[in-house]
Parts: sequence; structure tokens; C-alpha cells
Amino acid sequence: MVRRVTSSPLTMLGLFIVVIILIAALFAPAIATHSPTEVDLVSKLEAPSAEHYFGTDEVGRDIFSRIIYGTRISLRIGLLVVLIAFPIGTILGAIAGYAGGRIDQVIMRITDVFLSFPGIILAMSIAAALGPSIENVMLALAATWWPWYTRIVRSSVMSIKHSEFIEASRALGANPFRILFKEVIPNSIAPATIQASLDLGFVILSAAGLSFIGLGAQPPSPEWGAMLANSREILREAWWAATFPGLAILFTVLGFNLLGDGLNDVMDPKQR
Amino acid sequence: MDALRFIGKRLLLMIPILIGISILTFAISNTIPGDPARLILGPKATPEGLEALREDMGLNDPLYVQYGNYMAGIFQGDLGKSTYSQRPVVEDLLRYSPATFELTMFAMFITLVVGIPFGVISASRKDRIADQFTRVFALIGVAMPAFWLGLLLLLFFYLKLGVLPGSGRLDGGMSPPEYITGMYTIDALLTGNWPVLYAAVMHMILPGITLAAVTVGMITRMTRSSMLTVLQSDYIRTAFAKGAPENRVLYGHALRNGIMPVITLLGMAFGHALGGSVLVEAVFSWPGLGQYAVNAINYLDFPAVMGVTLLIAVMFIIVNLIVDTLYFFIDPRLKHN
Amino acid sequence: MALLEVSNLKQHFTTKKGFLGEKTIVKAVDGVSITIEEGKTLGVVGESGCGKSSLGRSILRLVEPTEGSIKFEGEEIVGMSAKRLKELRKEMQIVFQDPYASLNPRRTVRQILEAPLIIHGVGDKRERKELIENLSGKIGLRKEQLSNYPHEFSGGQRQRIGIARALALNPKLIIADEPVSALDVSVQSQVLNLMLELQQEMNLSYMFISHDLSVVQHISDKVAVMYLGKVVEIADVGKVYDTPMHPYTQALLSALPVPDPTRIRSRIILQGDLPSPSNPPSGCTFHTRCPMATKECAEIVPPLEEKAPGHFAACIHV
Repeated sequence: MVRRVTSSPLTMLGLFIVVIILIAALFAPAIATHSPTEVDLVSKLEAPSAEHYFGTDEVGRDIFSRIIYGTRISLRIGLLVVLIAFPIGTILGAIAGYAGGRIDQVIMRITDVFLSFPGIILAMSIAAALGPSIENVMLALAATWWPWYTRIVRSSVMSIKHSEFIEASRALGANPFRILFKEVIPNSIAPATIQASLDLGFVILSAAGLSFIGLGAQPPSPEWGAMLANSREILREAWWAATFPGLAILFTVLGFNLLGDGLNDVMDPKQR
Repeated sequence: MDALRFIGKRLLLMIPILIGISILTFAISNTIPGDPARLILGPKATPEGLEALREDMGLNDPLYVQYGNYMAGIFQGDLGKSTYSQRPVVEDLLRYSPATFELTMFAMFITLVVGIPFGVISASRKDRIADQFTRVFALIGVAMPAFWLGLLLLLFFYLKLGVLPGSGRLDGGMSPPEYITGMYTIDALLTGNWPVLYAAVMHMILPGITLAAVTVGMITRMTRSSMLTVLQSDYIRTAFAKGAPENRVLYGHALRNGIMPVITLLGMAFGHALGGSVLVEAVFSWPGLGQYAVNAINYLDFPAVMGVTLLIAVMFIIVNLIVDTLYFFIDPRLKHN
Repeated sequence: MALLEVSNLKQHFTTKKGFLGEKTIVKAVDGVSITIEEGKTLGVVGESGCGKSSLGRSILRLVEPTEGSIKFEGEEIVGMSAKRLKELRKEMQIVFQDPYASLNPRRTVRQILEAPLIIHGVGDKRERKELIENLSGKIGLRKEQLSNYPHEFSGGQRQRIGIARALALNPKLIIADEPVSALDVSVQSQVLNLMLELQQEMNLSYMFISHDLSVVQHISDKVAVMYLGKVVEIADVGKVYDTPMHPYTQALLSALPVPDPTRIRSRIILQGDLPSPSNPPSGCTFHTRCPMATKECAEIVPPLEEKAPGHFAACIHV
């Protein structure tokens, strides 16, 4: 399995990008050249240079340092959203798939309802209802994301629920709770886990989008989407202010996508 | 007859979904922290005034009564009043939706015209330069923050080169064509208003490309992988072995089967474009639902946000219904089953 | 008193087809009566789809029986409370056909064998460890192997692990559903011998379900032959194999290789396929394939009758 991952250059590229992002987030204070929030009006709107790698914004903040600190915000959003949505979706999917019948019907109709909104729209309205803040954006994204895991886990549970090892457990008198958590879920969680690694990138992307329209991180937070929103005011004077935060988002999403795709190929060699 | 039964069945299945959507949006509306009455009357409101307004707005009723009122409102076309525009939300939605619909359709047009041929070429030249190039292009497309691509296009084609307009639907001072559908390109075409048609198309290019970037990536990848499967099948090999011209095999025989999974993805791509329009419209000041929603968010105009959410969800469901129906007509196996 | 007494057991499945749902009823088990004595083995044979597996699962209430009575040591199982049923599960266990599917791939053998003890709250951690090691000795597994995962074992070893799991709670009855048919012939006899040894040692009763007539002959005291959800013949093993009465049994046995070359048995070839259990033939369900069928066979449902002392068959021509 490890060999299959390392033999694909694109997967390795993804892994490489993800590792770089992790390093940037962990060692942000050491890597950043300036404070991410300190205003320095003397050096405002400076083009990229040896002093300011990615230039400065309209109040002289160093864009490179802001982007480095921004990795922390984005990773935190991605991880927390997936960590909330994944268990909810997994458990509901496992219950739906294993129980079948009415319970399955009800759970799946609920996921259908959630999935009949374009994701970003539902997240937007929930975040708007809760009020603009990064925490609320995370809640909103988690609320829109769980049904995907429910669907994936349900279908893999359906494929194993008649397995003899589960029947054996029932014959031993195990209660449904034990069967679900010891037998069903551990054997049906792999595809959803891969999806979750792909989703880390998409969650970060969506959160940046919501911040861009003013729902997520509020200035002066060095969140990439908020930085892009801010850059619109100075688009004419400072191309760099719009370029680099977007590149950061692109690379992050790309990294998680490549890694997730690679894992997917390893699990299912037929799909290529 | 079969087709009618199929569509009827799908319509029937839509009913619980629509009810679910209404419950969900109602629930979201009810999570607004704080007291809507206080929000309206402001900090100087008297307790009596607040209580009177609460009673008047039905906020003191039990939840199910409130939901009933909400549903009754929806059926009467009443989605509340926009606190920002001071107009009924339904009126605003009608005013802004043609612009969004026009832009989304344009983006879907780009998606199909670019995505499918790219996918076919990529599959037929597997692992060659064209394939590698297309795959990287599609990968980046899928990972691209659309609003950022919009900013870059704006920067380059509007601010730097000045070859394309950067905001709005028409040039400044130009008056819109006679209202027929509300979609400027179509209305201009129908009324033969060529300068307006030209301006409307030019204005759509940048936001259209921006909106299509992600969906082109999605469709390209799906077309490629589906075509790869089809191209390995015996009947395609036979066609090649007989010496049939490559393009005829690819676009005639193979694509006919390879297109099926792509069609199922179309609905999702459309939903993605609808969602993305919120961000892209904000970038290009495109006066559609997205722009309206973003303004509403900034003015804490909650009925407007919910109105947009509801409308887009319904549009999405209808598009999925159309896609399913399309699939039914294209896939002969479904017809005979 | 028999250990297990099943009377007139029915197991019907309803399947819904399509959107509006035209219901079809599959009578997997259709009025079966059998008994199993303590320390004895009842073999259940039949083609795949005859309902023999459903019978086993129904007795264990892994699927709810539609009708009938199952008495274990005189106590009625059908309709029994969940609490009492759980206690009873200690007494009745199952061994499955596919040793690759019947063990959870993500748990070690130790965890697999400990599960029954945990579920029934047997002993503390240390006692359980001892019990498991004792158990693994019985099936010829070394202590170190307990921390391995199922995929690290051969099919025969896995099947022995499955048997050990079934034995962990000291049951009285084991329902073995084709326990050796997924194994190589050489391994089959090892597992069969292990089962026979354990039967001696622990005074176990088996219900041994199989399509393999020679295996059943080897292990059973009594044999029931099933066709489309019904028992068509039941008797002691010698009687069934030496003097089969039902034409279906005769046909099945005629396909067996004969060890004695001087005894020539002409092979009876059955006509046609096994009918669908959702739409069984009228009268005697076997009449569509029976070489002896007459007009009455399509009309009369033959009862299972004692045709000779201790030898029951369901055929109007016997």
C-alpha cells in the first residue's frame, strides 16, 4: 500500500504540499518575517521585494506573514468541520444502513433534504442566521457536510451488513450498539475516510468563500478569504494582494485533493 | 406513457423533499440569535411596543403554528419583506433571478462545450501530452477558488488590458432591452437589439468563465474516466479494427455511451454553478441573486437571505428533475424497464 | 425429552419489487418438524435454495420465524423475550460456511474469541484470558497466534477459530451451516474430526447442514432431506443411505460414488432446474422433476408419514 502511494508522482506532490502546509502552520512564528496584524503605514502597498516577499497591503501589513499565519486558521477550520461532520455522518449512515426499514427511510430523506441545497447556499444561510464569525461558519459547514458521509457509510454498510461475522455477533447475543461500533463501523468506514481527506481541502475552500462575502473571519484576521475580500479595494494598485492569498487556497485544496485521489486509487485500483 | 409515469413518480418523490426544505429553512430562520422584534424596533423600543410587535408577528405562537403561517405565506407568494430594499422579497427575487439564471446557463454552456471535448481528447490520448495537460488543467479547475479566479481575470482583462468589461450586465448608460425573459442576451436577440446583445455577451464573458472553471474541471474528469472505460470495450475496439475514422468512433459510438455518467453529474454541476454564482456575482457586481444575497447579509436582511436560499434550492431540484428525465430519454435501458 | 424440538416451522420472506411494490412471498421453510437428541447429530441435506440454511437461522432466531414452534429443553423459543433469548444464546451457537466472511477482519483472534465472554459478562479480564487460551488449545492454536488477524490464517484454521468462538460459552447445540464446504477436501476431514472429538468431549449436539451427502453420512446420526422448504424424508443415517424411500433422496444418492464396485446403482438424472421457491409447483413440489410422478402428484400434497419403523417420507407412491 505504501509503495502504491509513493509510486504515483501526483499523490507524492499532494503529500508534499500537505506537509508544507502543516509545517507552515506549526512553525508560523518562526517562518513569518513580520507580524501578521501589525500596521505599518510607512510601507503600505509595497510590491513584492526581498523585505516583503509577497508585498504589503493598504495598511502596510506583510502579506507573506499573513498567509503563513493563515494556514493555521484554514487548517483549523478544515479539521474541525470534518471532525464534527464525519462522526455525525458516519453514525447516522451506519444506523440507516444497518437498521434499514423506517429508520433508514427517515435518515435518508433528511440527507436528501440537506443535499437538495447547493452546499455553499445552505452554509451561507445558516452562517447568516448565526451571525458572522469564523466559529459560526464552521458550524454551518459541518451542518451541510455530514450528509455526504451518511450516504457513503450507508452504502458500504449495506454491502457488509449480511456478512456472516455480523450474523455471528448477533447469534452470540451482542446488542445492536456493540454490533454497530465493533463490527459494522470499523469495516465500513474506509471510503468515508478517504472522502474526508478530500473534503479537508473543499471545506477550506468553502470557508474562504464565506469569509470572502463577509460571513466568516472578520478583519484584521489573516484568513485567506477575508484577505481576498479586502484586496478588492486595492485591486488596481496592488495585484499581489489579490494574487497570493488565492494561490495559497489553490495549493491547499490541490494538495488535499491529490492526496485523497491517490488514496482512492490505492483502495480501488479499478478506477483510474 | 412510460415517460409520463416516470416524471409523475419523480414529481411525487419531490413532495417530501420540498416539505423537508421548508422545514429546514424555517428552522434556520428560527435560529437567529436575539429577538427579531427588538432587531426591527431597535434599542429604544418600549417593552409594550416589543410585546405588541411580537404578538403581531406571531412570535408568541407555538412553533407549529408559526410553521403553518410560514407555509401559508410561501403558498401565497409571501416570503416577507426585505428590510434592505423595503420591497417584498418575492418581488426582489423575480427582479434578480433572470440575471443569475442567464449567467448560470452561460456557464453551463461553456462547461459542456469545453468540458466534454477535453474529456474525450484526454481519454483518447491517454497518458500523452494532451492528456497530461488536460488532467492538470481539470485538477486545478476543481481546486480553484472561483472568486479568486474572478479577481485575477478582472485584474488582467479589465484593469490591465481593458479589453473586457469588469462589472454589471451592460455598459454604463445603456438601457436594458425590452423585458421578455429578463435575460438580456435573449431579450436583445428577440427584439433585434444588436448593440445591447453585444454588450450583454461581452459582460458575461469574465463572470461566465469564472463560474465555469470548477464545473469544466468536474465534467472533464468525469468524461475522461467514463470514456476510458468505454474505449476499452470490445465494440469500440471492433470499430477501430474495422478501420472506422477515429473521430466517428470517438464522438459517434463511444461518446454515446460515455456520456451517461456525465449527464448524471450535470445536475450536480448546475447546483455548483448556482452556489458559486453567489461569490462570482459579488466579484463582478453582477446584479443577480448572489449579489442580492451578499448585500442582504451585510445589511442583516434575513428574509432576503432565506428567500434566495429557498429559490435556489427549488431551482436546483427542478434542474435535477430535468436531468433525470433527460437521462430517462437517452438511456434506452431505462425506457424499457 | 429431545434437546431441540421443532414443529411445523415456517419461514416466509416477503420481497417488494418496484415502486408500488408487487409483493412476492418466498416460503424458504414451509412447515418443518425435526428433533435433535442430546449428544447426537442431525444432518440436513438438500440442494442450495432448499431452505436448509434458513431453517438453521430461524431456529436461532437470527431471522424471526413466521409460524411454528421451537422448543429448546422444553422451553418455547418463538416469541421469547429478548432478555431470555440472550441467555439462551449461550446454549445454542452457529458455525458458518465461509471462514473468510465469518470473522471480523479488523479484530484479532483474541478479540474475536473474547467477544462472546464479554457479551455475556463471563469472568474478569484474567479469567477470560485463561478461558481463551484454554479454548485455543482445543482447536490447536498457539498462544502467540491469538494476537494475529484472521487474514493471517488458512481457511481450515479460520474455520477452527469460528468453531472455537461458537464453543466459548459452552453451548449444548451447534448449528453448523455448511461448515466444511468452503474448505479443501484434505482440510475438510481435519475439521470434521475436530468436530467429532469436541462432540465426544463436550457432549455437544449438532445440526449439520450440508449439500454434501458423503460428509453428512460421515458425521450424522439422523438425516433429514429437504426439498423446497419441506422435509421429504427423515430417518437414521443408515436407513436413509441404505434404503432411501423418497424419489428425491434416491436421485441424490444415485449421484454418489459407490465404494463397492459389485453394487451397481443406476444414476437417476433429475429433469429441469430447481423451481423458484417464490412460485413452487402445486401438490408435491417435487413432481415437476420426479421420475415417478403421476397425475395425482400435481394435486395431492403428500404428508410426511412413517412408512417403516422410524423412517419417514413424504411421497404418495411409497
